[in-house]
Amino acid sequence: MSGIPHDHYEPKSGFAKWLDSRLPIGGLIYNTLMIPTPKNLNWMWIWGIVLAFCLALQIVTGIVLAMHYIPHVDMAFASVEHIMRDVRGGHFLRYLHANGASLFFIAVYLHIFRGLFYGSYKAPREITWIIGMLIYLAMMATGFLGYVLPWGQMSFWGATVITGFFGAIPGVGETMQAWLLGGPAVDQPTLNRFFSLHYLLPFVIAGLVIVHIWAFHTTGNNNPTGVEVRRGSKDEAKKDTLPFWPYFVIKDLFALVVILAIFAAVIWTTPNYLGHPDNYIEANALSTPTHIVPEWYYLPFYAILRAFTADVWAVQFASLITGGIVTAKFFGVVAMFGAIFVMALVPWLDTSRVRSGRYRPAFRWWFYLLILDFVVLTWCGSQPAEGVVPMISLIGSTYWFGYFIVILPLLGVFEKPLTPPATIEDDFDAHYPPKPAE
Amino acid sequence: MIKHTILTALITLGLAAPAAMAAEGGEIPDTAFSFEGPFGTYDQMQLQRGLQVFTEVCASCHGLQYVAYRTLADEGGPHLPEDQVKAYAALHETPNTANDDGELGEFRTATPNDHFGQSNFPGAPDLSLMAKSRAGFHGPAGTGINQLLYGMGGPEYIVAILTGYTGETKEEAGAIFYENTAFPGGWIAMSPPIADDIVEYADGHSADLHHVSADVAAFLMWTAEPHLNARKQGGFTAFMVLLLLSVLLYLTNKTLWAKAKRKA
Repeated sequence: MSGIPHDHYEPKSGFAKWLDSRLPIGGLIYNTLMIPTPKNLNWMWIWGIVLAFCLALQIVTGIVLAMHYIPHVDMAFASVEHIMRDVRGGHFLRYLHANGASLFFIAVYLHIFRGLFYGSYKAPREITWIIGMLIYLAMMATGFLGYVLPWGQMSFWGATVITGFFGAIPGVGETMQAWLLGGPAVDQPTLNRFFSLHYLLPFVIAGLVIVHIWAFHTTGNNNPTGVEVRRGSKDEAKKDTLPFWPYFVIKDLFALVVILAIFAAVIWTTPNYLGHPDNYIEANALSTPTHIVPEWYYLPFYAILRAFTADVWAVQFASLITGGIVTAKFFGVVAMFGAIFVMALVPWLDTSRVRSGRYRPAFRWWFYLLILDFVVLTWCGSQPAEGVVPMISLIGSTYWFGYFIVILPLLGVFEKPLTPPATIEDDFDAHYPPKPAE
Repeated sequence: MIKHTILTALITLGLAAPAAMAAEGGEIPDTAFSFEGPFGTYDQMQLQRGLQVFTEVCASCHGLQYVAYRTLADEGGPHLPEDQVKAYAALHETPNTANDDGELGEFRTATPNDHFGQSNFPGAPDLSLMAKSRAGFHGPAGTGINQLLYGMGGPEYIVAILTGYTGETKEEAGAIFYENTAFPGGWIAMSPPIADDIVEYADGHSADLHHVSADVAAFLMWTAEPHLNARKQGGFTAFMVLLLLSVLLYLTNKTLWAKAKRKA
């Protein structure tokens, strides 16, 4: 599977040979587990395992929760309370599932920013990157659908607001919104289909994850230097790499367990911290909460959505040249999805010949600013859109787009990068010098 | 190094910036509860007193539709003896369901398996989850740090409402509203429910306004989160097991990599 030269699987026993000539699963497992992995990977390369664990955790806890949950507008809320009170271990399951979603998103954001810093998206890893973005989108959709199921006030009003985005699309919007909801408003058909899709999408994600892994097992992992593994011969490749098993499996497991300890501490001490109090009130179509706020992991994009109000010149300009077809609401929706879309295009927007941010002195600061921007936008999304918040949101949104569309293309031209080490081995040896005797 | 610091800060802030709101404008002073902090558990006697307050005061209007009488006997709750739970349930009536004898919807004597009833009129919200559906101060500046340090603030909110009446009233559209420093907007439709010595505790515990309010708030926290004690115990055990496992894995990893890193 891997393009890096390495030992291949040889079936030894009679049974292994018999199986291998019929179904080469032994070779598949061997090649996947023994893939040569750059030996200089740092601790930012552990998030993939954390993410794989999160997906498994969400699927397993979700399947059991679905055994007790009832997707009916009159019974959904009560069935969640039944899980919390009467199902054996139900309160643990639900808190694991709800907080598991947050862990999933913390990990995915760190994973994405790791890729953005070390240039993991650059050729030849564009497909890995694009699949990753699709996984992220599917995660956003799954998280949103799942949040509707407890049928609390935020579930209901969040669903109303989010599906309303589609209503902003000129012409077909309202038809599309009704089609998504299964009616004119969020109601029984909505809950039923959201439950169905919330159960389906994780398996779509699992499929995409397999393709994601397949793609980067073909190109090989990126690494902190951004320098490729030498592929001239098996011996050469061995100097740059170590097999995934046991070196990286154990390293990743260690990191995973540390993170799970923190996760356990959250459920032990404050399992509702990342949730919203209003979602412990049953959905009521007649009572709108004061502030409708999405889950924390959507907040940066929610801030971008709200940043483009009717008094922003870009919105007025777009409205003018389209003869009013583009409204502020539609502009905001396009900006929100566009914010993710520009991220997906980054393999072609980054023009630098150097892959890793470690050797890009100017890039680095723009990148740190992007992280700060992300944090600030998260905060903006959580605040009511009043006072300084809209202005900060607009500046933050502008920087988000500016980073991808203007700064990255220009940096490649104007920045004078440092020279990365010639090989991964050099980088590794610089950290762990060979003993003089060797 | 800087990059790690920033990424760590990102996690912290990501965690520290949850969906913010609730308790808009209201003043929520802190109240000390036995179940706060990583090792805090419910005070069984306080829950029993809170049950008494609920029964004698709140229950005339408010319901607890998600709570079953039988759970009053649960460990980690009021932990009443079973005969008392039976006797308590028998004081109440519950509508007949399809499984019962007699006409559907007519009332019969409740058994421990039945739930507390719904609220007696629509204006009074159900209290089963009140302690989790309200929150205290979530700042400063919407960062949620206060809640991380001092808890979500639901029970504190309940105490603040019960003790926050100023005595002022106003009439609007034929209804009387009572000024309350904790209630969003400042005017609440509920007349002051608790006064000093409104109940008489069998254990001789003080029954002033603040104590009674704290007792019923603790009871309502239990109705909202009945398995808090079990969760803290299980969560702590899981944390310790994972911590131990991480130490073992750290050492395994160190040994495994020693040769590659020329440290062996």
